[in-house]
Amino acid sequence: MINLATEYLGLKLKGPLVVSSTPLTEPLANCKRLEESGASAIVLTSLFEEQLALEARALDSDLERGTESHAESTSYLPDYSDDYRTTQDVYLNHLRSVKETVGIPVIGSINGATPGGWVRFAQDVEQAGADALELNTYSLAIDANVPGEKVEQQLLDLVAQVRGSVKIPVAVKLSPQYTSIPNLARKLDATGVNALVLFNRFYQPDFDLEEMGVKPRLKFSTPDELLLRLHWTAILYGHLKADLAITGGVHSGLDVIKSVMAGASVAMTASALHLYGVEHIATVLTEVREWMEKNEYASLRQMRGALSRQAVPDSSPFERGNYIKTLSSYTMRMPQ
Amino acid sequence: MSNVKTVILDANEAVASVAYRLSEVVAIYPITPSSPMAEWADQWLSEGKRNIWGALPTVAEMQSEGGAAGALHGALQGGALCTTFTCSQGLLLMIPNMYKIAGELTSMVMHVTARTLATHALSIFGDHSDVMGCRTTGFSMLCSNSVQEAADMALIAHAATLETRIPILHFFDGFRTSHEVNKIIPISDEDIRAVVDDRFVVEHRKRALTPDNPIIRGTAQNPDVFFQAREACNPYYLAAPAIIQNVMDRFARQTGRQYKLYDYFGAPDAERVVVLMGSSAGAAEEAIRVMMAKGEKVGMLKVRLFRPWDIEHFLHALPKTVATIGVLDRTKDPGCVGEPLYQDVMTSIIEGLAEGTHPVTVGGRYGLSSKEFTPAMVAGVFEELKKFKPKNHFTVGIEDDVTHTSLPYDPDFSTEDKKTTRALFYGLGSDGTVGANKNSIKIIGEQTDYYAQGYFVYDSKKSGSMTTSHLRFGPNPITSTYLITRANFIACHQFSFLEKMDVLAAADQGAVFLLNTTHGADEVWQNLPKKTQQTIIDKKLKFHVIDGYAVAQATGMGSRINTIMQTCFFAISGVLPREEAIEHIKKAIKKTYGKRGDAVVQQNFAAVDAALAHLHEVKVPATVTATFDILPSISAKAPAFVYDVLGRIAAGKGDSLPVSALPPGGTFPTGTAQWEKRNITLSIPVWDKDLCIQCGKCVLVCPHAVIRSKVFEASYGAKAPATFKTAKPKWRELESELYTLQVAPEDCTGCQLCVEVCPAKSKSEAKHKALNMELQEPLRMSERENWEFFQQLPAVNRQKLNHGLVKDVQLLEPLFEFSGACSGCGETPYIKLLTQLFGDRLFIANATGCSSIYGGNLPTTPYTVNAQGRGPTWANSLFEDNAEFGMGMRLAVDQQTHFAKDLLERSRAVVGDEIANALLQADQSTEAGINEQRERVAKLKSLLEREKTSEARNLTAVADALVRKSVWIVGGDGWAYDIGFGGLDHVLGSGQNVNVLVLDTEVYSNTGGQMSKATPRGAIAKFAAAGKPNSKKDLIMEAVSYGSVYVARVAMGGNDTHTIKAFQEAEAWPGPSIIIAYSHCIAHGYDLIHGLEQQKAAVTSGYWPLMRYNPALRDSGKNPFMLDSKAPAIPFKEYAYREARYTMLARSQPELAKKLLAEAQDDVERTWRVYSGRAAMAGRGDTPNIAPKVKEEEAKPATTGAGND
Repeated sequence: MINLATEYLGLKLKGPLVVSSTPLTEPLANCKRLEESGASAIVLTSLFEEQLALEARALDSDLERGTESHAESTSYLPDYSDDYRTTQDVYLNHLRSVKETVGIPVIGSINGATPGGWVRFAQDVEQAGADALELNTYSLAIDANVPGEKVEQQLLDLVAQVRGSVKIPVAVKLSPQYTSIPNLARKLDATGVNALVLFNRFYQPDFDLEEMGVKPRLKFSTPDELLLRLHWTAILYGHLKADLAITGGVHSGLDVIKSVMAGASVAMTASALHLYGVEHIATVLTEVREWMEKNEYASLRQMRGALSRQAVPDSSPFERGNYIKTLSSYTMRMPQ
Repeated sequence: MSNVKTVILDANEAVASVAYRLSEVVAIYPITPSSPMAEWADQWLSEGKRNIWGALPTVAEMQSEGGAAGALHGALQGGALCTTFTCSQGLLLMIPNMYKIAGELTSMVMHVTARTLATHALSIFGDHSDVMGCRTTGFSMLCSNSVQEAADMALIAHAATLETRIPILHFFDGFRTSHEVNKIIPISDEDIRAVVDDRFVVEHRKRALTPDNPIIRGTAQNPDVFFQAREACNPYYLAAPAIIQNVMDRFARQTGRQYKLYDYFGAPDAERVVVLMGSSAGAAEEAIRVMMAKGEKVGMLKVRLFRPWDIEHFLHALPKTVATIGVLDRTKDPGCVGEPLYQDVMTSIIEGLAEGTHPVTVGGRYGLSSKEFTPAMVAGVFEELKKFKPKNHFTVGIEDDVTHTSLPYDPDFSTEDKKTTRALFYGLGSDGTVGANKNSIKIIGEQTDYYAQGYFVYDSKKSGSMTTSHLRFGPNPITSTYLITRANFIACHQFSFLEKMDVLAAADQGAVFLLNTTHGADEVWQNLPKKTQQTIIDKKLKFHVIDGYAVAQATGMGSRINTIMQTCFFAISGVLPREEAIEHIKKAIKKTYGKRGDAVVQQNFAAVDAALAHLHEVKVPATVTATFDILPSISAKAPAFVYDVLGRIAAGKGDSLPVSALPPGGTFPTGTAQWEKRNITLSIPVWDKDLCIQCGKCVLVCPHAVIRSKVFEASYGAKAPATFKTAKPKWRELESELYTLQVAPEDCTGCQLCVEVCPAKSKSEAKHKALNMELQEPLRMSERENWEFFQQLPAVNRQKLNHGLVKDVQLLEPLFEFSGACSGCGETPYIKLLTQLFGDRLFIANATGCSSIYGGNLPTTPYTVNAQGRGPTWANSLFEDNAEFGMGMRLAVDQQTHFAKDLLERSRAVVGDEIANALLQADQSTEAGINEQRERVAKLKSLLEREKTSEARNLTAVADALVRKSVWIVGGDGWAYDIGFGGLDHVLGSGQNVNVLVLDTEVYSNTGGQMSKATPRGAIAKFAAAGKPNSKKDLIMEAVSYGSVYVARVAMGGNDTHTIKAFQEAEAWPGPSIIIAYSHCIAHGYDLIHGLEQQKAAVTSGYWPLMRYNPALRDSGKNPFMLDSKAPAIPFKEYAYREARYTMLARSQPELAKKLLAEAQDDVERTWRVYSGRAAMAGRGDTPNIAPKVKEEEAKPATTGAGND
């Protein structure tokens, strides 16, 4: 009997495949289908602090625009005396509904910008019933005056504050663009976070040559992107108390196997579900089972970290040697 | 703190609160200044607030006040408890039903913010001319004089009408009372239950129509009985005063506030008494108090019950000692023997007092259109009453140097309470000053035992408008119903005001002056005008400065300096201890902004915290050092009337103009906006001539006509100022000349629509366009010079241009410029285009609304003239009758044309056949043809000059009618879809050659965004706080149904060429035409910088399909219906959810919003199916024989049997 059960963030999960943050989780019916297809947990979409601030300011501007300027029209829109339903309200209500709809753990996701904002949102998400919290640390260091260590310290401070302000498990979703990921990971581990999720994907803007403008563009991940995640997971595995999770490029059962072998507790997927449908989860899990059967693995525990840096006979592919080897093997194929 | 519960409210809210709780059917329609009462009712309903009986009232907006009165009349027949809110011309529209409702002895209350009736001019302000027009309807009329009284009298009215069976018109002064914020004791539910006797509610219901106990009402009666039946109501009217007094007494027992039908105040042994109604009582009471303290025997009688007038109660209230009475009417009845209140008082004296005991009684007028009425004027009246023969039918408060009616008074007579803090704030509409002041009043009024009063004055412009806040706080009740003229605190929130006006004119000795300025405390002095410096020194002002904008920028507040200035006010005025005040400000911020999101609260908190660090006291020098002084509002180069009269109005000194300065009948010159340089923007567009492709889109969309282009002979260029820019024209035939694009720097409002629409981007820096916003101040002088040079360049020869191309139309001179419309207005570009195309022969009939306000509000008008002195001639009749008004213009023009032709035929012998034939047979289908005709008319006039016959004189007078004229009927959707629809429909069906331009903003924009039948499904608006549940009326298809009407739906941002084409075709069609123009509006809830994008999205989503229906095509056998935009390419949501009017509903009622959004999408698709179906239909020429063929003998006309119906 193949055992796909795993533990992540201290939560007992029925399988290794978690739905990462995606708008697919917005309709409740989808959440149900995801659970039925075998997803072992759901990470909700991210609540962005800047978005909430922008929204509040826009609402304020909309209500104030043109008011008290003319005797006949001292305002233009009715101003309800009750609270407005903000994105945060929608998010928390949705979280509650998802909790009522599915039996699998539901992980809230927040993306803060200021210390106060992170803590407030984290507590709200906890109170709304989330089983765990994923901190989405998507940020861009574009200010030339801010050195790398300051960027890292800000992140560490924010994570520590959130960790200290809620009781539920906390995962940190990282960007790959740090100078020393193992060092940062160790420091994050020291804050007491329960998992690291590798990695965020950048929303890189594209150029619109027709309009001579730059526009945001979101592309689905490809399995190629998995390699970066495998690499760093394999390097970190075994050195942290925190669990590891891989997200980005997980499209197939073999991708899940690889993720676990690199050391991940769970693999997360979203793009593949957009591309192949929600039920693709079942296909992926079937592939996992079949591979395990064929290769005589009874549980994921057996394979976890099997190909991590500390577990492989030759660790050079994880090191500088891999770079040299790749280059040289490539050039060696070139006709002289 | 006292235990008495008080609230800070204006009278509108206070009255609406009582009326809502005591009503079941509320019929509403927007009209200033009563609209807020209806808005409250609608909003409370959307929030689920219940009436005193636990039911949700029905709040129904009607298509006009006439409709509202009709609906109420019907609802009353059904036994409902009803109310409405209105005033002015709206009240007049209710009069026919008021007679009916009163005639049937039906209980109801209408609450009226008494407002001036439009006569020689419209005025939104307050006087009693509207309610006086109702005094014969049979309604009882109750007047209240203050915010507290308005709330109290509202309850008394609702209770009394049920007991008397006489409907009651409860009125209070528009703006002065309706919009004054004051500390009052609210009417509780317990008060209502104690005062309203439910027995009478049941009796009211019993009188309703019901098939279970049928009756008939509203019969037709004949001479035999009508008279007697009419007199049958007498006992009710005779009983009413006592019943109302009884209700007032019951109210007093419940609340402790006692009112009398006729309330006397003053010396018990007064010899001189004034009789008056309304808010003027506040000023009069103050004057009498001071005069009594000096031993004068004076008093006043406040009339609360004006109808039914009760002689006995009235005379009983007068002191027996009175020798002279002055009756003050706030209305004018031209040609009367005396105004209404005076006449009633006179009659009461004659009828009620024994001969020989009659006091000397005179009447006079005051306070028309909210003209200030001060204690000084009251003292002036009492002074007059001392005379042996006081002047009768006088006026007070103006200088009448024509018929010499006015009384003199001492303007220095002041009754201001020394214990009252009097604060004046000058702000911009957009900087939040008024909102912050309303907040301050609440803080002081609610957190302390102080009384508080706020009154707010706005100027007549919608963009860059100045607001003045008059705030009073103090330990004694505040009854001062007049503006502050002696302030002990003055704040100027805009430094630029100092250049234009004497901000410190009202400063009291030793007052505090707070100035928002970028100049620091050590350098501000040298930047003040002479007069300002002198006042600061002479009056020993304590002078503080703050750079509010710097604090606002640093804390994310943008241009809103409200909380910053509010914090400074509390810090230096000493009204409250500083720390306590800041705590209250923060609480108020949390309360006001908390529901909008934490970020807004936090940035306001940050602004409060940062404010005090930037507040500095200025060490005032001992001498005046300024080298400049306050500038006149209007250039000295302006014509004398503009400078002397309009200039005084623009400078805020219109009150000082004597009667002789103003034209009788209300006729004013055009071309005056150009003289009022407002300098209201921080940045203006700057032209990159090398990048510009000269497409003309910026010129077309500029709502304020401040960006213009010309092509001119190169030789003129030699005289150009150094920074004047030109480029080689991109017209093949004009290449040897010069092209220029020039901005009027001091008229621009900075809306940026021109920059947004500009398609030319730099190849090496994407953000740089052919137009880019730059700071105005450094450019002001040079661009002013350039603009003046530009204006001197000759206009482009119109005949060389293709009037159907945007590129060419940019060169046509606009005859509508620099309006005070909102910055980025979506309406004005269409009006400007109209004047560019047909301005020199254009009649405009303008419905009341935004376009009549920015088009015709004093001091200046944007309509102007070309070099030949020709330009649009414009008039506004009313809101409801504009189509008819415009058709009347057409009838007159046509009549004069026919008459001129007739006279010409008769004058052939004098003028000769050649010119007569040429004039009579002229082809005026083109502008060239029209110009030739003008030349012929000039020649004709010269030929007639020497003729002395009556015919020649008449022909000279009407000869201009031989030149083709264009009549345009312009108005908004409130007019076209609702109140004026009946007339519009009739005019469209009349076949007359008129053109209708509907500026469709989809709400009543001018009165603050109330729902009209043009409001789309799913949008919120005032009166549709819960979202409009029904689809927008398709006025297009209603007009198309005639078959003979030219119809177009345009959106300049969707397709500008299409817009121009529609204007041209509409004008060319010799029958009625209607163009419905998408007009983005501030009421849609987004930054209007995106207005054109939104227009485009409206078209792309299929919400606003562009179309034309040209009957001329049908006549030539083609399908006249042309669909000019492509099938929907984006969902409706993608267009709509960029606007707060839609997203607000999604925030407040998500499920309802979702449902309405789906239905709105369905509306789009339904419309598209209908339109595309019509556009795909075969033309008449393709299907000639649809009807069965008629045999020839059957086709003969019938000669008998014609009916008479």
